[in-house]
Amino acid sequence: MYSVEVIVLNKEGIRDPEGEAIKKYMVDKVTDKVKEVRAGKYVLFKIDAGSEEEAMNIAKKVADEKRLYNPIVHKVEIRVRKDEDGGH
Amino acid sequence: MRYKDLDPDRYSSVVIPGGFSFGDYLRAGSIAASTETMEMIKEMANQGKTVLGICNGFQILTESGLLKGALLPNLKMRFISKWVYVKVVRDDTRLTKNLPKKVLRMPIAHAEGRFVLEEEEARRLMVFQYSNEKGEVSEDYNPNGSVLNIAGIANEEGNVIGLMPHPERASFSLTSIDGNVDGLLLLRGLRW
Repeated sequence: MYSVEVIVLNKEGIRDPEGEAIKKYMVDKVTDKVKEVRAGKYVLFKIDAGSEEEAMNIAKKVADEKRLYNPIVHKVEIRVRKDEDGGH
Repeated sequence: MRYKDLDPDRYSSVVIPGGFSFGDYLRAGSIAASTETMEMIKEMANQGKTVLGICNGFQILTESGLLKGALLPNLKMRFISKWVYVKVVRDDTRLTKNLPKKVLRMPIAHAEGRFVLEEEEARRLMVFQYSNEKGEVSEDYNPNGSVLNIAGIANEEGNVIGLMPHPERASFSLTSIDGNVDGLLLLRGLRW
């Protein structure tokens, strides 16, 4: 079993008011070291696949074909890891 | 009608109304865009029938790829509900080709109305721009941060149209802010 994380963020140059608000009203009150905050969507898939590559391709197929992201405004990042216990 | 009951052969036009769909999970309109009903509506659009999306309906049309661009959360992160003016800048669409007025007054009510598209293409496809009552377009009249003040666009052919303002809420003089029925003028374009 693999955990596949699909992370959707606005592309560079497309403003992200949620990230801006988090920065302005929360982060900046704690530190001035944080230069940018971006907020996005996180979707976790538990995938029964034979390999990391297969798990990644399944998630990518869903993301592309069902438009989990809109390519005009979003970029997508997909991360895979094998579940520790190897089971369910 | 319920979306599952659509029989595309019986109709020459389809309106996807506003509201919310599937809790607007993931993004406004994105899950509705994956339904089989939307496949039928794509087919209708390809046949040249009129497809109109209002508010959430507009979001569904962009999410399904029937219209270009995307509708992101308003820059001010608030739900905006108010009457606005829009300037009509294309008269080659089903809804706008015989329109007697060039500036319409209609209400908007949305949290995700910031239209984003590459500027050159947006300029070509835009149909409605947020303006003042004289039709002057400026950032002062842009409620949500849309590129070029865009309130609505159409496809190249002009048979698929989406807009954030609600023409159906500006179609009865009794419930209109000043008695105007500008929305009805637009909706009459559905008879073709």
